[in-house]
Amino acid sequence: MSEISNQLENLSYKAQQLADQANQLASTVVETSGGHSDFLIFGITVLVLACFVGYYVVWSVTPALHSPLMGVTNAISSVIIVGALLAAGPIDSTISKYFGLVAVGLASVNIFGGFVVTNRMLSMFKKKS
Amino acid sequence: MSNLSTVAYLISSVLFILSLRGLSHPTTARRGNFYGIVGMAIAIVTTVANPGVLSYKEIGIAFVIGGLIGSIIATRIQMTALPQLVAAFHSLVGLAAVFVAASAFYNPSAFNIGTEGNIPLGSLVEMAIGTAIGAVTFTGSIIAFGKLQGFVSGNPLVFKGQHLLNLLLGLAIIGLIAKFCIDQNPQFFWLIVAASFLIGVLLIVPIGGADMPVIVSMLNSYSGWAAAGIGFTLSNNLLIITGALVGSSGAILSYIMCKGMNRSFLNVLLGGFGGEQAASTGGVKDDRQAKQGNAADAAFMMKNSKTIIIVPGYGMAVAQAQHALREMGDLLKAAGAQVRYAIHPVAGRMPGHMNVLLAEANVPYDEVLELDEINRDFSETDVAFVIGANDVTNPAAKTDKTSAIYGMPILDVENAGQVFFVKRGMASGYAGVQNELFFRDNTLMLFGDAKKVCEDIIKGLEN
Repeated sequence: MSEISNQLENLSYKAQQLADQANQLASTVVETSGGHSDFLIFGITVLVLACFVGYYVVWSVTPALHSPLMGVTNAISSVIIVGALLAAGPIDSTISKYFGLVAVGLASVNIFGGFVVTNRMLSMFKKKS
Repeated sequence: MSNLSTVAYLISSVLFILSLRGLSHPTTARRGNFYGIVGMAIAIVTTVANPGVLSYKEIGIAFVIGGLIGSIIATRIQMTALPQLVAAFHSLVGLAAVFVAASAFYNPSAFNIGTEGNIPLGSLVEMAIGTAIGAVTFTGSIIAFGKLQGFVSGNPLVFKGQHLLNLLLGLAIIGLIAKFCIDQNPQFFWLIVAASFLIGVLLIVPIGGADMPVIVSMLNSYSGWAAAGIGFTLSNNLLIITGALVGSSGAILSYIMCKGMNRSFLNVLLGGFGGEQAASTGGVKDDRQAKQGNAADAAFMMKNSKTIIIVPGYGMAVAQAQHALREMGDLLKAAGAQVRYAIHPVAGRMPGHMNVLLAEANVPYDEVLELDEINRDFSETDVAFVIGANDVTNPAAKTDKTSAIYGMPILDVENAGQVFFVKRGMASGYAGVQNELFFRDNTLMLFGDAKKVCEDIIKGLEN
């Protein structure tokens, strides 16, 4: 137990370091070019690195928990709500805002649904007593 | 975007990584889920604190309505219906991505990507791709949901020129994206959405019910890529990182499922596997008689066994037999037998489906083993009890090069002293291949509904 939590801490520390570096890289990129068009390269960098993180983390998931894994990934993919909130944000009533509100609603179904159903699944996994 | 919110988004990303990492073991998994929830809460609060977000009331209403619906569905759903629930949830992510992209297109200034009709090329491309992936995810997941729920026939729907049609549609979407990026005409945006909706349907209809684990995982992956695509539009790393995590998770699960069937991903995607078509060509008429037993025989024989391995399959889920099965296992354990469960990677309709159902029935997870862990033990096992599984035990996968399932890793139940097959009838499995095991000397067929058979055995054991 403590070993796992140590590993986790270690991993989170490493991830943080990596992210810090990426962040520094980002700020230099933005400083030197300063504009959205150059986010593309930076974004692709982040995407590729995150794919590697995903690859290693997902392979370490025990096959018995593959259903909960789908539940969790389903819930966190609803992080798209960030975009939905920005879209729904403005005070004035535009079509764009209503699109955003619908997206907020859809994503929240998923967030709550995904985490609740995963929690239900995980609470059932018990060791031999 | 201020530095503070960048840091907050970063913390969310790290928490999401930790939430997946937690799933490496059942003891850390619930904490992992908690990390995920905290990460999501941070992401939402940070975004709402953004100076551009002002309509708190409307957002609050949408959030609460959505949250209530999601919580109620997730609390009430039966565990056997998990695959269709997950498929349905994927469709929502896809649709949300379409709406976010549409919103960004009509009001780009809210996203800092220029003004209406004057959006930079890069953002347009990202937006269009995000929209297309989101739309495919939406309709594809709806069809997968329909097939799993039984609204749409689980049989593969194939017609002539199907692949050509898909190819043309794919090319049309690329053309529309190009046109959209040049013109910024809303018409083309909605044409992209419509064409992607259509191709989402067409891609999934030819795929049979038992291939759904691969498809559900693939759509899981798509929903991640859709989120990442929107992340590019928003220049938001959190969305890109999370999208990549989800995308690679779904891709790896699809890979594991394909490997579990020894089929290539392309072969699954092209569809047409299994169902009636395969059954008519592969299901050669067989005159041999399988030995049929009854529950009392099985109860007697298992009572006198030292080691028992139970092999559950989709049939167990359909019959909701997991609770009766566990009760049977408990009685056998009380009679002094060692009872374990063997799970094939593609058993059920989603990855890990059987594990969840057994956990629901209070089977301890350390009695449930994967193919690699338990396969050698069959030769030292008195009884293999196969309930609702078929193709995954068929030795033809190892011996018959012409078989549709040749090369698929199987559970070697044939090596056990005695094999029981709980089945509704003699029909062949999804692959349409006859199972040689039914005619072996050490095999006894127990015909009937899986739950009913278990209950009868329980009665036999209690006497």
